[in-house]
Amino acid sequence: MIDPAKPRNDAVGDAERTCSPALLEMIGITKCYPAVVANDGIDLQVRPGEIHAILGENGAGKSTLMKLIFGVATPDGGEIRWKGQPVSMENPATARSLGIGMVFQHFSLFETVSITENISLTVPGTLQDLSGRIRRMSEEFGLPINPDALVHNLSVGERQRVEIIRCLLQEPELLILDEPTSVLPLPYVRQLFATLRRLAERGIAILYISHKLEEIREICHRATILRQGRVRGTVDPARTSASELARMMIGREIPHARHKRASRSGRVHLRVADLSYNDPDPHSVDLKQISFEVRAGEVFGIAGVSGNGQFALARLLSGEETLPAEESGRIVLFDKPIGSMGAEDRRARGLAFVPEERIGRGAVPDLSLSQNVLLTGHRKGMVRRGFIRRRQRDRFAERCIDEMDVRCAGHRAPATSLSGGNLQKFIVGRELLLEPTTFVVSQPTWGIDVGAAALVRQRLVDLRDAGNAIVVISEELEELFEISDRMAVMYEGRMSVPVATTSVRPEQVGQMMIGHFDAAAPRQTA
Amino acid sequence: MMTPMPAWRMVPREQPAVKALAAVPLVTIGLTILCSVILFTALGSSPSVVLYNFFVDPFTSAYNIGELLIKASPLILIAQGLAIGFRARIWNIGAEGQLTIGAIAASLIPITWSRSESALILPAMILLGATAGLAWAGIAAFFRTRYNANEIIVTLMLNQIAFQLLYYLVTGPLRDPMGFNFPQSAPFPDAALYPPLFSGAGVRANLSVLITILVSLAAWILVSKSFSSFRLLVGGIAPNAARYAGFSGSRAIWISLLVGGAAAGLAGVGEIAGPIGKLQRILSPGYGFAAIIVAFLGGLHPLGIVMAGLFMAVIYIGSDSAMLAADIPTSAPVVFQGFILVFYLAAHVFVRYEFRRGSSLAPGRRT
Repeated sequence: MIDPAKPRNDAVGDAERTCSPALLEMIGITKCYPAVVANDGIDLQVRPGEIHAILGENGAGKSTLMKLIFGVATPDGGEIRWKGQPVSMENPATARSLGIGMVFQHFSLFETVSITENISLTVPGTLQDLSGRIRRMSEEFGLPINPDALVHNLSVGERQRVEIIRCLLQEPELLILDEPTSVLPLPYVRQLFATLRRLAERGIAILYISHKLEEIREICHRATILRQGRVRGTVDPARTSASELARMMIGREIPHARHKRASRSGRVHLRVADLSYNDPDPHSVDLKQISFEVRAGEVFGIAGVSGNGQFALARLLSGEETLPAEESGRIVLFDKPIGSMGAEDRRARGLAFVPEERIGRGAVPDLSLSQNVLLTGHRKGMVRRGFIRRRQRDRFAERCIDEMDVRCAGHRAPATSLSGGNLQKFIVGRELLLEPTTFVVSQPTWGIDVGAAALVRQRLVDLRDAGNAIVVISEELEELFEISDRMAVMYEGRMSVPVATTSVRPEQVGQMMIGHFDAAAPRQTA
Repeated sequence: MMTPMPAWRMVPREQPAVKALAAVPLVTIGLTILCSVILFTALGSSPSVVLYNFFVDPFTSAYNIGELLIKASPLILIAQGLAIGFRARIWNIGAEGQLTIGAIAASLIPITWSRSESALILPAMILLGATAGLAWAGIAAFFRTRYNANEIIVTLMLNQIAFQLLYYLVTGPLRDPMGFNFPQSAPFPDAALYPPLFSGAGVRANLSVLITILVSLAAWILVSKSFSSFRLLVGGIAPNAARYAGFSGSRAIWISLLVGGAAAGLAGVGEIAGPIGKLQRILSPGYGFAAIIVAFLGGLHPLGIVMAGLFMAVIYIGSDSAMLAADIPTSAPVVFQGFILVFYLAAHVFVRYEFRRGSSLAPGRRT
């Protein structure tokens, strides 16, 4: 129970954290799915007041483990104990009633109503009363929000705060956070960490799921590392090096993308000139006068917190959304206006695109990998006189699986059976096999594990080195600093003036991401 | 505090159960038969007589088998066309109207050239009938692509327009002047009728059966091998992926509705050039609607549709004969179809969900 007036838990020292009895204990937890053993004899102990990291690649079993704790799924074997008592988590309501709260990676808030109204759906009490409690809670834990604000006006960081407050109002003793920083810009990450430390001081245990090593080393007291469904060790992350953690997590060293200097002399492949777009969705941001160009042999990074117009921009670049004919010249590919052209025609001209949503957009979930290859690859000799040539199609799919090291049960496996990282490798591989001369990639490594991310980045750099133009839209600054040659930042539908990656620091770009576009150009204004 | 909760819960399956999927038609048919027997027994008929007349009698004579084929043929033909659209999630509910318009258009030829013995008359009717059905469905495609008007509503309303047009024509311009004011056209010349398959045997099964077999084969090949059908499928099950791939959504709407309309129009020709032999107020016992059930019962698969169409025809024939022999009401076939649809939908729930006994014995939370 969190009661700000109660002094008992105000400072949980190291000693208490290590010696106090476990709040949550899992003993030999096993969960099998038809194709895989997702959790294989997991032992885990979480004590009050500790921030405990669950570290692992995608497919390592983190999500399954959380589902078991939160009662979304039930284990096939093993025992879960809560304060020493064996419990069975039948459903999330059971978990909540025990005092477990969870903040999911993807928020579940209704856009059109206020914060208080959203929270009132799950927390009892009158709106007025709730509004006061939310305000007090937000001050207490450094989560500044206005309870009366409408959700669609909120930034991602604010939405996350709403989710956290919603959990806190139910007075949890254990809070589970699933990849909480994957959608946050740098300044908000700092605030979040301050909040988490304060919660831990009050005696709340926090399970922090992530694959970001530096974050875990900074904030977590203990880290349990999962690989292939098994616990590979529990360590004190602050006393373990990042490379050591990575080795435990993926079983080998992390490869980094090799990066040669870009040549800026190449031909302009893609030019966007003064592109404005009114998004028909009133909750989305309109694009305002966006201009940039991308040349042969360079990676152009577009940074920014998602929800600032990147979604619409990506759709306009891919051809999923088209411009009216008279504005076609706002997007030019090799001197040819393509703004009013559909996705298939653009692809025929060498522009390939990888969307941020893999399931349902980049791939059809219920169809096999072979059939998914047809989606964009049908020009590569897979269709003759309107009929599908299965052998060519299957061969293409197998090549894609081979070259990208996609872990799957073969080309007949349905796309849904792949983990996020493997599906992303497959989609990127499929588009690379189209031999694009201009490649637009949205969130290339969103939610995928370190190994897969490194492979995807390396392929992008290789494609660049072969003299092609690449646009990477990403929320992950580290990634853009690793692979892009120039970058621009999007904020509220506008794009900053592009800058060379080597001439800016991450802190400056972080400032640009919250609207201070002049942060990266102090010398120019002087 | 212990809270026992011995209630059944519906839980989505982690993956669709293949066995359950295969069992759907069997369970559907089994439950339909069971409930019908109970119902008809309650109405005072002997279940064995009803069952015999429903499921054995249709196969007892060459004539009956011929009737079976003649009923199954339009059902299968229409369902093959509709299934193409249904796979793309384009809901053409107007096959009955498209059938009517196809029949009206095709009948114009034998009515105009009522004494002709030309061999071209039948091909011309087939072509005109299919084109008219296609054009009628095209109206819905136009409104959907141009104004985003829901095709379910538009096709449904177009049905009524087609019926009224038919009533007007058979009571006015196209009425047989020698027909004692009956609302029907002059009988067609022999050259405008489908030739019977087994001449002289008294079996009415005709060329329409062959046409249906050819269309089903073509549908099978197209569905399993053509790229167009893949585009339609993707547009139906993952619209965003179709958009990403650049598959045109309006093209999918046009193809789906036009193919369905053409197939229904063709079925309309089969009726007037087959058993009816003239244009009249009633052209079909609801084939256009029953075909929707056939399409789904057949799993939207061309071969499944053939089986489902035959089954549905058995019900039509069987209920006719049961009406005579076991004295069941005339609405029996409709009740039967209703059973099938309801049980089909219910059975499908089990494919996507499983039922678990929720016995949660969670210790209450300390306060």
